[in-house]
Amino acid sequence: MNENEKKAFEAQLKSFIGRPIGPAMTGRDPVNEPMIRQWCDAMGETNPAHLDAAKAKGTVHGEIKAPPTMLQAWVMEGWAMHEGYDEPKNEQHRLHKFLADHGYTGVLGTNTEENYTRYLRLGEKVTAETVIAEISDEKATGRGIGYFITTRTKFWNEQGEELGSMSFRVLRYKPPAEAAAAAGGSQGKDAKGAAVAAKPTRIKPPMGQDNGWWWEKVAKENVLPIQRCADCGKLRHPPRPMCDACGSQKFDSIAASGRGKVHTFTVIHYPQFPGYDYPIVSIIVDLEEGERMASTLVECKPEAVQIGMPVELLIHQDEDGFKIPFFRPAKRG
Amino acid sequence: MTKTFKASELTVGQELPPLDLKTTATLVAGGAMASRDYTPVHHDRDAAVAQGLPDMFMNILTTQGLCSRYVTDWAGIDAIVTRVRTKLGGPNMPGDVLKLRGKVVARADRSVDVEVSGNNAWGNHVTATFTLTLPA
Repeated sequence: MNENEKKAFEAQLKSFIGRPIGPAMTGRDPVNEPMIRQWCDAMGETNPAHLDAAKAKGTVHGEIKAPPTMLQAWVMEGWAMHEGYDEPKNEQHRLHKFLADHGYTGVLGTNTEENYTRYLRLGEKVTAETVIAEISDEKATGRGIGYFITTRTKFWNEQGEELGSMSFRVLRYKPPAEAAAAAGGSQGKDAKGAAVAAKPTRIKPPMGQDNGWWWEKVAKENVLPIQRCADCGKLRHPPRPMCDACGSQKFDSIAASGRGKVHTFTVIHYPQFPGYDYPIVSIIVDLEEGERMASTLVECKPEAVQIGMPVELLIHQDEDGFKIPFFRPAKRG
Repeated sequence: MTKTFKASELTVGQELPPLDLKTTATLVAGGAMASRDYTPVHHDRDAAVAQGLPDMFMNILTTQGLCSRYVTDWAGIDAIVTRVRTKLGGPNMPGDVLKLRGKVVARADRSVDVEVSGNNAWGNHVTATFTLTLPA
């Protein structure tokens, strides 16, 4: 797109702002117990306010009320949604198709906000109307360049009484490969048949000639190895090629007792990488054998960690089978 | 359910007991049906795979429903949810363990804000802030 085309495109895009996506939609069924019970089964919801009239009576709710987060469910289209749509059926579809036709093919829900004026009573008929409230300027995001679209929905009952509201924000973006293709690149088609995403796991340590044996021993023997000079017997950690006492490059290893004390620690809250449990209590351990190593303290609340606290080894195994020595507070006695 | 907290009994920073939820295909599909969301990616693995995902994934309403019961199970029967703000992250799929954690992040006269995070092996699936009205 040249500058004039872009201006025309953005003008047409912004003309969607303020449009209702279509006529107000009334839910097929009034608020009812069978749908509430089905919802509660799926959610593991046992709150008597939604399930037991006798118990609900003595509470602030007074009678059975629908779970608050069910609000939108009362007006969902249901079965028809599985067919998708080739031709846009409403203004929201038209907006999304307009952006997709211009290369903004990616779509990602980013935020919602729901306000519940009150909990819904049995028998109420819910009607909703959705308006395209905001379309942002073009933004550079982690996913690619794109536009944030915010829709606002109002809910009311058959008496016109307000029940709540919802806003929903999605990002419509150009996946980078398609952005490159649009700019004359050659890799655009690679985006088709995109590889299935792999579940992220712990970032693996580099395992080279000098330390690969150490990780292998952890995995195969379930021990914490400490490297030992085969000539003078001095221990060293982390693994490295040469003894700093006698210069020998010959080594073997011993299995650590697994007992140690926290030398120092830090608690990592952010940044959060996929594949890890946060917060992470990252520790430096003074091993009983005299060596010092970096590890992770588990089975311990961050606020309970103390310098000098006794810890013991455990060999942790990730879901993908990777093993790594961790520590936990030593069991007393 | 336990008795309902009063706002004055709670402190900012206070944590909810953790809840780890095993996600199954039944939960994902059952939650989608219960919320009348028949978008194929929430009940049809093939449809999700065709979109480049490894499996069908949980819809937003189910995520919100699970977070909501996590919060009100803790707060008590007389707690009323008046607002939920959610920030959406990565997908939650069969086989994932959704780890729900919560803490009180704000407190006023008769209300509290509780921030819930739901993480799985993909990272953050959802961060939801619930505003509750509590008994005086």
